[in-house]
Amino acid sequence: MGKIKGAIVINEERCKGCDLCAVACPLHLIAPSGKVNHRGYPYVVQDDAEGRCTGCTACAIVCPDGCISVYRVKSE
Amino acid sequence: MTRNEIIAPENLVYHKPTLMNDNHMHYCPGCSHGVVHKLVAEVIEEMGLTDHAVGISPVGCSVFAYNYIDIDWQEAAHGRAPAIATAIKRLWPDRLVFTYQGDGDLACIGTAETIHALNRGENITIIFINNAIYGMTGGQMAPTTLLGQKTSTCPYGRQADLHGYPLKITEIAATLEGTCYVTRQSVQTVAAIRKAKAAIRKAFENSMNGRGSNLVEIVSTCSSGWKLTPVEANKWMTEHMFPFYPLGDLKDTTIE
Ligand SMILES: Cc1ncc(C[n+]2csc(CCOP(=O)(O)OP(=O)(O)O)c2C)c(N)n1
Ligand code: SF4
Ligand code: SF4
Repeated sequence: MGKIKGAIVINEERCKGCDLCAVACPLHLIAPSGKVNHRGYPYVVQDDAEGRCTGCTACAIVCPDGCISVYRVKSE
Repeated sequence: MTRNEIIAPENLVYHKPTLMNDNHMHYCPGCSHGVVHKLVAEVIEEMGLTDHAVGISPVGCSVFAYNYIDIDWQEAAHGRAPAIATAIKRLWPDRLVFTYQGDGDLACIGTAETIHALNRGENITIIFINNAIYGMTGGQMAPTTLLGQKTSTCPYGRQADLHGYPLKITEIAATLEGTCYVTRQSVQTVAAIRKAKAAIRKAFENSMNGRGSNLVEIVSTCSSGWKLTPVEANKWMTEHMFPFYPLGDLKDTTIE
């Protein structure tokens, strides 16, 4: 059986730091970056050094600002 | 497989709806308006109605909805969106015509237009964002404000003897002969968002099939008006709004 692997790309300039994606991620892979974008919002980042993201899309679906793109593959 | 290998166009499974442009939305962080905008854009796209959709934007925080979703829009005076929608749909019966309104717009200043458009059975959809407050003007009490809920104009909480009772306008809509589909949804979780999307799709399909008027209420948050973080606002909504505004379909004449 193939393993499902995912990755997300967060549009940092669009992000408003609402944290709704962080709460929605079942693996708790999203957290505040500690940095602020050009509009003054503290944006979030994905911290997934171990490659655990499954590309389930939960974070992206709840994001009110459409900041997150999700990619998913089935690897052998 | 490395992250860079996964991030390839052929592996893309979710992105901002194509109909939603890159304009920065003025909504506060975490505002439900953004999620509902995405759903409206996705459904119009999926129904192939991009060139046949006309939205009527209200007065309220979503006054600039026309800046974010690339379809035709008409701006209405406060509360008058259902009247404008009536005119557009009657002149252009092949168009998907919907209004997008807050609770101050729909259930206060626009109550008459709302009730009569629904009662006439206009083939339109009304998307009703109920955040129990006037968001845009600074969080004043709305007809939908819950008993006990504190707002800038009822700082000690809404009291029935002084301010009257919260208005369940969606329940009223369900009693009207002209309505086809009346439902109350929310967008606080992935499951709720999926259901809300299906409800918007059904309402849009009914409007296109001439089945009468459709009302989709979305129980929503206004974290700025409620003075909570977006995460706290979702929790507050679940604990306080849902018991008074229970989710689910109130009327569906397509299955009777
Ligand atoms: C005729 C008129 N009366 C009052 C106002 C002021 N006003 C602007 S937005 C608003 C309330 C909007 O609240 P709601 O419809 O709940 O939308 P939200 O901002 O919460 O999304 C009011 C009273 C106005 N613009 N025009
Ligand atoms: S849900 Fe969207 S706007 Fe909110 S923190 Fe996550 S990426 Fe940013
Ligand atoms: S004031 Fe409330 S309704 Fe308006 S954008 Fe902010 S959170 Fe949304």
